[in-house]
Amino acid sequence: MKKTLAMLLSLTLCVGLFAGCSSSGSEESAAPSGSPSTETSAEPAGNEETSTLSGTVNLNGSTSVENVILTLGEAFMEANPDVTVNYDPTGSGTGINAALEGTCDLGLASRDLDEEETAQGLTSTVFALDGIAIIVNSENSVSDLTIEQIAGLATGEITNWSEVGGIDAPVVLIGREAGSGTRDGFESITGTEDTCVYTQELTSTGAVIQAVAGNPNAFGYASLSAVEGQDGVKAISVNGVAPSEETVLDGSYQVQRNFNFVYMADAELSDAAQAFMEYAVSADAADLVAGAGAVPVA
Amino acid sequence: MDEILHIAQPEETPKAKEKGRERDKTPKSAPEHAPLRAMEKIMGAIFFLCGIIAIVFVLFISVYLIISGLPAIREIGLIDFLFGTKWASTAAEPQFGILPFILTSVYGTAGAIVLGVPVGLMTAIFISKVAPRKVAGIVRPAVDLLAGIPSVVYGLIGMIVLVPAVRTVFGLPDGATLFAAIIVLAVMILPSIVSVSETALNAVPKEYEEASLALGATHIETVFRVSVPAASSGIAASIVLGIGRAIGEAMAIMMVAGNVANMPSLFRSVRFLTTAVASEMSYAAVGSLQRNALFSIALVLFLFIMLINVVLNSLLKKSRDK
Repeated sequence: MKKTLAMLLSLTLCVGLFAGCSSSGSEESAAPSGSPSTETSAEPAGNEETSTLSGTVNLNGSTSVENVILTLGEAFMEANPDVTVNYDPTGSGTGINAALEGTCDLGLASRDLDEEETAQGLTSTVFALDGIAIIVNSENSVSDLTIEQIAGLATGEITNWSEVGGIDAPVVLIGREAGSGTRDGFESITGTEDTCVYTQELTSTGAVIQAVAGNPNAFGYASLSAVEGQDGVKAISVNGVAPSEETVLDGSYQVQRNFNFVYMADAELSDAAQAFMEYAVSADAADLVAGAGAVPVA
Repeated sequence: MDEILHIAQPEETPKAKEKGRERDKTPKSAPEHAPLRAMEKIMGAIFFLCGIIAIVFVLFISVYLIISGLPAIREIGLIDFLFGTKWASTAAEPQFGILPFILTSVYGTAGAIVLGVPVGLMTAIFISKVAPRKVAGIVRPAVDLLAGIPSVVYGLIGMIVLVPAVRTVFGLPDGATLFAAIIVLAVMILPSIVSVSETALNAVPKEYEEASLALGATHIETVFRVSVPAASSGIAASIVLGIGRAIGEAMAIMMVAGNVANMPSLFRSVRFLTTAVASEMSYAAVGSLQRNALFSIALVLFLFIMLINVVLNSLLKKSRDK
């Protein structure tokens, strides 16, 4: 009996020991293994001081930028092992408020500041552009729409493709689930917040493309980078401008918005925050931004 | 610790005693027995620990769901939450009514049962009573294989084949509807219905059927008038098991049902209790009312499944008592 007890106790202890090991061990091992590989990528940026950079960058704001920010944050932390990047996905409004009150280093907003906000001393830096492609089934004869027509199709005011120059067929909107950044972007750009009449709400960009490809009546929206080279769907042009990285960058493609860092113009940013912001808009980060589904500015 | 060991003891004693008696017959060599007995005790303790793990998880999940599910219900109000007909979790003025989800889950499961039970029962009768041994040997593994197909595969095939087919056949604008989900669910519950019903049918005593045949009933009459009624509680258990599987399924129907929070209608896009939780969880901010409400939906679903389990257990007990 006592033996069993002793064995059980020692077993529990052993398990506890290992549990303790693994969590701290992985943290320690992650840093050294990460740093040598990223030193090469950090050097071209010309930041000699990155190796000594330390501290925390607190980011707060838009949920739409989550993919981009998490990707950038990871890469930045790999290059600068002593820096921690925290991201709190709350929403653009909350992020701007946090920047105003100084409760975060950088606010994140997926919209531009309005006059009232800039009057309070806030300023912003664009770190990526969010281009949203409007996609229809490749059998659909419609190839160009205005923003108003897209809004009409989405809210159910226009129920038949013949009203916008297509064949006589019902309109089916396939979109993303509530909370998705792409949905938020589409609805805010077309001015259809909370009024879209969805036929399907799917949980990934791939599923939306697949569903639109499977239904000739359907139209949907997806990140620009995800649509390129997809069979069965085509991205239509808006106000005569076809979506592409170039047209998003020069501003002629309208279904797009800016991802902004928001901060007080007169406040001094911490070294780490400043370096993170510079890194995010640098050419080094361009591939990462594109990989995360947005259009890089550099 | 002592308490645990005390509880562990009754489980191992009968076996230990038996072994002891066996050993007593052989010539005595007491010192060799001591390590054996210690081994017995250790193994007993290990079995006991494994048994406890399941209970710990069930308790943990129940308590966690109740703790995290109640705040939102309190904030929204039980009546508004359960009977509200509009779900708009991220709107400027959010609304959290889950009646559409509850009704969709109920209708979807009922539809799957209506389609799946007759087919499943007939298959079970075929395998158990009608089919020649060789044919049954092919059908049974095929049905078992159906149970092994991952639900995401059902969803994928449903999305690519079934949804466009539903759209063309019924001339709908879009095929992602409650109807498509019902068909997928009906196929998914077939294996549980077939295998449990078949076991129940096989357990019907031969004498019943022979008596019926001797009285002049045909083979098919015997099956429907004697075998099926005799196996009825086992068949009922298979149906409840099917209900449990259908109401808890998320992945497959997420891909074919469209996921729009409409009040259910056969040819409209609908959202189930399970998909309501799954589709919004990834974006709901920690601590927000939306996220808490998702936990509350999970709690409602959990209670549904608990209820089904209680019914299932009582049915199984009934069939065992017979």
